[in-house]
Amino acid sequence: MEATKKHFFSDMSVMLGRSMRHIFRSMDTIITVTIMPIGFMLLFVYVFGGAIQTGTDNYVNYLLPGILLIAIASGISYTSYRLFIDVQGGIFERFHSMPIARSTVLWGHVLSSLVSNAISVVVIIVVALMMGFRSSAGVLPWLAVASILMLFTLALSWVAVIAGLSAKSVDGAGAFAYPIVFLPFISSAFVPTESMPPIVRAFAENQPVTSIVEAIRALLSGQPVGNDIWIALAWCIGITIVAYIFAMRAYKKRV
Amino acid sequence: MQNNSIQVKGLQKSYNQLHVLNGVDFEVEQGSIFALLGSNGAGKTTIVKILTTLLKQDGGTTTVNGFDITSKPDNVRQSISLTGQFAAVDEILTGEENLIMIAKLRHLENPHQVTDNLIKRFGLTDAANRRVATYSGGMHRKLDLAMSLVGKPQLIFLDEPTTGLDPEARLEVWKIVKELADSGTTVFLTTQYLDEAEQLADQIAILHEGRIIASGTLAELKRLLPPTKVEYVEKQPTLEEIFLAIIGKKEAK
Repeated sequence: MEATKKHFFSDMSVMLGRSMRHIFRSMDTIITVTIMPIGFMLLFVYVFGGAIQTGTDNYVNYLLPGILLIAIASGISYTSYRLFIDVQGGIFERFHSMPIARSTVLWGHVLSSLVSNAISVVVIIVVALMMGFRSSAGVLPWLAVASILMLFTLALSWVAVIAGLSAKSVDGAGAFAYPIVFLPFISSAFVPTESMPPIVRAFAENQPVTSIVEAIRALLSGQPVGNDIWIALAWCIGITIVAYIFAMRAYKKRV
Repeated sequence: MQNNSIQVKGLQKSYNQLHVLNGVDFEVEQGSIFALLGSNGAGKTTIVKILTTLLKQDGGTTTVNGFDITSKPDNVRQSISLTGQFAAVDEILTGEENLIMIAKLRHLENPHQVTDNLIKRFGLTDAANRRVATYSGGMHRKLDLAMSLVGKPQLIFLDEPTTGLDPEARLEVWKIVKELADSGTTVFLTTQYLDEAEQLADQIAILHEGRIIASGTLAELKRLLPPTKVEYVEKQPTLEEIFLAIIGKKEAK
């Protein structure tokens, strides 16, 4: 055990380097991940936007946080896809028969998921700027937004690890992301929750996406964030811990 | 004891109710080529997975290179290498990147030097900078073998190394395996091709219904059969011989 722990960071950097090469050699995956949310953004701003009353004069500003969450939710399906391919292809077994820190096999995927999702988030923000998104937020609020998005990605990446390890087919490995992509639609991401029927509204107001969206929106528009940011952080950290435990369980089943 | 790379006594493994291994015993001498024969589903891969620490045994005592696989898995991993049934290479990386990655994970001092040597030795120079996804089946397997040799492990596991290869690539793999054994590496081989075991192995064990039902050298195994009869049979060239002869002629031109 001692010998392998000593190499944790060097093994980790090899694994991360490998995953990053995978991502940069399949830029099409980043493009796919950004196109759908950008499409939603165009659709909601230029088609539905005129009819949606959010109480703000700039609908792009209102919409952007939810769009970013959709992008991350669809981005992590590639993380589980890549992990699934590793498990199926045998390279997973090769790594495990080697004297390395075993946990780096998973952490490499999780860390590269953070990097690739950060890239797609930046791309979408650039498109939003072209569509009229403006923020008065300073450096600190932006850092807070970046941290929330990173925690959200981290949480979902561990969910993706569970799917990648336990899926029986390539389609299965990616399919778990669909309901997560759908969550922002039943939240305050696109329209205020006030207009929803009571049951839907109760769900929308108490699911993780709403608090995350509200916290990011407040940070970007320079409003007081209130409790939302703490609820958002609690959700992200809670999901990370639970997903990590189940991911480790799925992992132990595999090895 | 010291002369044995692998020592297996009373190895048990079952998946739920299914007893795959029912008290397997065998020993592999250091520096030899050991072939484990058995039909599909006999449990050959299960044995390889247990010996390479990928699976836990349910019962029995197993030592690999003198280390108990249950209590010292890290030492075992340090001294072995596995080439699985399906080529365990990274398709998206180039051949060179694959080798460097393994060299780094084995924490070698000079990963680039080691990689260059293996690329030359395996005749992969032209393909080294191409993505593995573009490699043929034979090249895949060669790279896979090269990756297993990074860091010069004392013991190499080859799980059906020639399954799915064309005859030429198969002969090349055989040549590499022989060279390995000549240089003192112990080779543990599983195969369903009897001629492969006949060609390569110093020791052969036959796995059937969860037990080793026969083991020994080829000569010893032959003695188990009824004595040789002399019969007159016209020796037709096999299709493999014809294929290789024609291919050889073409290349000579």
